[in-house]
Amino acid sequence: MTWSEMQPLLSQACGDTLYMVGWSTLIAVAGGLPLGLLLVLTDKGGLLQNVVANKVTGQIVNIARSMPFIILMVALMGFTRTITGTTIGREAAIVPLAIGAVPFFARLVETAVREVDGGLVEAVQSMGGNTWTVVRKVLVPESLPSLISSTTTTVVALIGYSAMAGTVGAGGLGDIAIRYGYQRFETDLMWITVAILAVVISLIQFAGDWAARSLHRRGGRSGPAPKLRLLKTKEPTAADVSKVA
Amino acid sequence: MITTTGLTKVYRSRGREVTALDGVDLHVREGEVYGVIGQSGAGKSSLIRCVNLLERPTAGTVTVAGRDLTALAGRGPRAGRELRQARSRIGMVFQHFNLLSSRTVQDNVELPLEILGVSGRERSRKALDLLDLVGLTDKAKSYPAQLSGGQKQRVGIARALAGDPKVLLSDEATSALDPETTRSILQLLRDLNRQLGLTVLLITHEMDVVKSICDSAALMERGRIVESGTVGELLATPGSELAAALFPVGGEATGEDRTVVDVTFHGESSTQPVISQLSRTYNIDISILGAAIDTVGGLQIGRMRIELPGRYEDNVVPIGFLREQGLQIDVLLAEGAE
Repeated sequence: MTWSEMQPLLSQACGDTLYMVGWSTLIAVAGGLPLGLLLVLTDKGGLLQNVVANKVTGQIVNIARSMPFIILMVALMGFTRTITGTTIGREAAIVPLAIGAVPFFARLVETAVREVDGGLVEAVQSMGGNTWTVVRKVLVPESLPSLISSTTTTVVALIGYSAMAGTVGAGGLGDIAIRYGYQRFETDLMWITVAILAVVISLIQFAGDWAARSLHRRGGRSGPAPKLRLLKTKEPTAADVSKVA
Repeated sequence: MITTTGLTKVYRSRGREVTALDGVDLHVREGEVYGVIGQSGAGKSSLIRCVNLLERPTAGTVTVAGRDLTALAGRGPRAGRELRQARSRIGMVFQHFNLLSSRTVQDNVELPLEILGVSGRERSRKALDLLDLVGLTDKAKSYPAQLSGGQKQRVGIARALAGDPKVLLSDEATSALDPETTRSILQLLRDLNRQLGLTVLLITHEMDVVKSICDSAALMERGRIVESGTVGELLATPGSELAAALFPVGGEATGEDRTVVDVTFHGESSTQPVISQLSRTYNIDISILGAAIDTVGGLQIGRMRIELPGRYEDNVVPIGFLREQGLQIDVLLAEGAE
């Protein structure tokens, strides 16, 4: 295969991957942020303490997270069809990608928000703030660096899942690597795909780390005993990936 | 200004009950600085957090500025609108400052005003005024991480004053600060108390805090108030633990057959040469074991520990003489003696 043959394939695949990952990230953040906040707020000692709601939400999140992505994709076909009108193509892939990523991101949000000093919540309550004020003025802004890191992790994980979206004809880089690199022995094309993925993921990680760090630099904790906060984005561990994949 | 009656707080966890507050009756007068002192675990933190209902009392009532907050609280765990409104008129400063690290100093001070719904321009004018009041005008655009502990607490105080409170609650506000900074923060609190007529309720484990700014004080032990009153009243109370702690005098009896007596002077008696009179009148030798003179809550106070030869029975008359002079006398019984 010559470069002129590969080039349109690759640019199409890149576009598809970014399209799928972009939209599903957007939905994951929009859905996972409130869900993660809910997990913290309804927990014991939380502002909206509600043991039943917390257990139910937590269980749903756990089940969704333990579902292998390829099964999720098949299981959700009916749902996907009602939303997008089809079960094939990149739009159709966004549905299971987003649904797989929402609970993933929600857990990361939960961890990030839990790290916010309870004293800050108390301070806002003592000023007469309600729960919504606490969320808006304290929990989200104070955990923003961690939330950005969590988003980075989610994007990277989504690029991984999107490779499987090829199985529903959604295209993307992973799809190219399997169909051409593996099934047609186009080793060059496969390595180029791998290289592109490596570069894209590095760039995303770099941008995410930079954003989180620059936010963190001006801040830091106000108390006298600074709690160490994990600055570097955690790569999803093997366990995380195997759960979803 | 602040009154609690029968305030009780019981924590339940895993079937065990811990009584943090056990029927606390507290009365803080308008315009005074009231200090609650006690060791950690005595319940003072629960007490101050019950005053603005950050902590729901198990029983009892809290009245601040004539409003019964416990009645406003309602039944649910969340604070209703009326309680939140009442809270916004009670300032609170914290041991660990609790400033938002993502906001500048000025934005931190504006936060309570945002919650009150004050418009942008008015907010920034007010915040700058308050920063001026606490002496931090030049730090308005800094982030809390760039400030020293004392500066952070000044921001905390400015923020607590943003809602024009009548009452300021101070939860160990100086406990995380060094002695020098502690003094300057206490001075600031004292000034605000005088200038704005602010009623201050503070809790602390440091006797020096009470000594330097409090008009009244209460001693807490195991969830109860064991002593309370104005500093003058406390000092005039024989055997008062608080008075002894506020005004410690050291010294042990030098041998058997000695009587050790603590003499407290306040008001006029502090100018009388009573000890030399005692010595001359009864022809006895008096040793001074320890002595201190200081100003506590604006009162000139002196305390002296003296030793008289002979047992207590032998010294009834000289001790009576001292009492006649209007002095407060506490006889320290030797260990083992009863």
